[in-house]
Amino acid sequence: MELRQGEQGILDHLDLPEDVSRRLMELGFVPGSPIVAALSAPGGDPRVFQVDGAEIALRRDTAACLKLRPAASAAAD
Amino acid sequence: MSGCDQCALADALPPPPTADRDRPRMVAIVGPPNSGKSTVFNRLTGLRQKVANYPGVTVEKRLGRARLDDGHEVTLVDLPGIYSLSPRSEDERVAHDVLAGRMPGFPRPDAVLLILDSTNLGRHLMLAAPILALGLPAMIVLNMADDLRNRGGEVDAEALTKQLGAPVVLASATRDEGLEPVWRFLTECGATPSPAELPALQDVPRCHAWAARLGRHASYQPPAPPLWTRRLDSMLLHAIWGPVIFGLIVVVVFQSIFSWARPLMNSVQSLIAWSGAWVGSLVPNTWARSLVVDGIWTGVGSVLVFLPQILLLFLFIGILEDSGYLARAALIADRTMARVGLQGKSFIPLLSAYACAVPAVLATRTIENKRDRIATILIAPFMTCAARLPVYTLIIAAFLPERPVLGPLLGTRAAAMLGLYLLGFLAAFTTARVLKSSILKSERAPFVLEMPPYRRPTLESLGLRLLDRAKIFLRRAGTIILAMAVVLWIVAHLPLSGGKVPPIERSLAGTLGRTVEPVIRPLGFNWKIGVGLITSLAAREVIVGTLGTIYGMEPDAKSRGLQAALRRDLTPGGAVALLVFFAFAMQCMSTIAVVRRETGSWKWPLVQFAYMTALAWGGAFLANRIVSALL
Repeated sequence: MELRQGEQGILDHLDLPEDVSRRLMELGFVPGSPIVAALSAPGGDPRVFQVDGAEIALRRDTAACLKLRPAASAAAD
Repeated sequence: MSGCDQCALADALPPPPTADRDRPRMVAIVGPPNSGKSTVFNRLTGLRQKVANYPGVTVEKRLGRARLDDGHEVTLVDLPGIYSLSPRSEDERVAHDVLAGRMPGFPRPDAVLLILDSTNLGRHLMLAAPILALGLPAMIVLNMADDLRNRGGEVDAEALTKQLGAPVVLASATRDEGLEPVWRFLTECGATPSPAELPALQDVPRCHAWAARLGRHASYQPPAPPLWTRRLDSMLLHAIWGPVIFGLIVVVVFQSIFSWARPLMNSVQSLIAWSGAWVGSLVPNTWARSLVVDGIWTGVGSVLVFLPQILLLFLFIGILEDSGYLARAALIADRTMARVGLQGKSFIPLLSAYACAVPAVLATRTIENKRDRIATILIAPFMTCAARLPVYTLIIAAFLPERPVLGPLLGTRAAAMLGLYLLGFLAAFTTARVLKSSILKSERAPFVLEMPPYRRPTLESLGLRLLDRAKIFLRRAGTIILAMAVVLWIVAHLPLSGGKVPPIERSLAGTLGRTVEPVIRPLGFNWKIGVGLITSLAAREVIVGTLGTIYGMEPDAKSRGLQAALRRDLTPGGAVALLVFFAFAMQCMSTIAVVRRETGSWKWPLVQFAYMTALAWGGAFLANRIVSALL
């Protein structure tokens, strides 16, 4: 799923090469974490994501590889 | 299973060094980027700092000495900011090797000071796992405690101390609060940590869960989101206002380095003139006085004048970096960078290249993609570095009268300067585009950039930066520029004809200038500029001193001053051509040397030098033709 500005999702898994996903996990993009899409550069890319109390900017193509599930299903887990 | 990883690591490491009375204790400061690590380092060491490079790599080695109450000294090493100890990037490898005692020629630290941002503990605590597994005495400083408190967060450092088996303290380095236990730790170092449990270090989700558990044990209450940062970002990253403010900041910086620095530069200039006259009166009126006054004082002095301007530029870069705006600027710039095939990570080296290409080339180490890195190195010297400022200032002030362009905000001279910065920028980006679509083509690398909260830059940190810069600049003035001034004076006064100094055009320098004159005449340059171009191969700003010396030897030019002499001697076309030449040419030995070292061969620096010189000649030729046709 794609997040629009202000929307929240739960990170399900990272569909990225090993080294990139490790780097992102060290920054807080760990499966199960809530992610909020925040502001972006003009034109919408890259976008800042709030995760684990920090704000990290990612380009659209990287962000698209973060597979999310809707925030609502977090309660069911 | 979590224990095995740790044992394997501990076994592989040499034992911690035993206490040695002769050697001061060495303590490493470690922490993620933006944890305030360097503020702690500055607090503990003050002005007793030294920056060098680790052997074989170009990561900066920051060493400092802290004086303890008991009279002993501790050596502190500020390691590069890291998120983990798995050695993937160059920075992480250096941190890993130093901590493991595997850095050649560098002793293994006796203890570790781990600095974490207390407002960001969820993530930052993860780094505690590999650090505690090192088996070195460690203290964990939860920095920015004032920020945590103000935003309604809290954490029980006592509980963390118990869980981690190592002392944990809350502190605020910017306010110098809570650092007493750190001083005690530096004195005693204490025992090796005995954590209740450690996760498998290779498994990031496990480490994350471990950190989260620790947080719960210590009733960690994360702070409310930084309200001011959110408010500022809604403005500074606004779709329309963001780029407008970005542009305004750039304009204001340029206008102020031009106008605010002026009075300071004038006073430095009178100080140099006054001291030159005074020193001259001490030396007998022979060739020795001429060497000291006309050679050294004029040569070195005409470059020293630019110290205030260069410091002002570094002050602005420091404020932008320390405040956190630089990360936003990189975000805004990323799309533009992507368009030429580069990435946002190239932005920070390229921005530092506005100060100097040497640190910029070193800063490219953070770019993991080798081809992106070489492309960034190759275009960095096009960015307008501080050494070009003296040349630009001299020519612009000599040829362009000051008039308002945008009311009081921007004058003609600052606008011309801005134009030259833009020219370098365009050359860089066109070159990058060509490189990235041909010989350095590669996959797009992911762009990951943390946005730190905005912080007020501290006077202390800005002051230390400026002091560093001033030292580097003065060292250059005292070595390379001094040497060139002396050499130039000698070749300008030889060969003696009948025991007398020859007229400058018949001296060795004059002959040299006349030899290259045919090559540069199409650019509108005369042989005097030719001499300047040759001496400035060492460093760009040397041409200012050279021209000062050469024109100073002409009796009538001496009385009118350098600007007036240039105005009379160069056509407007030649002046613009000279500016364009300096915008493009790679007149800098230090950059050539650092590119050679970074790329590991002479291939890239030679290609770069040839390309930039050819572009400089072509650009200057066109500029001269166009301006001459228009006027």
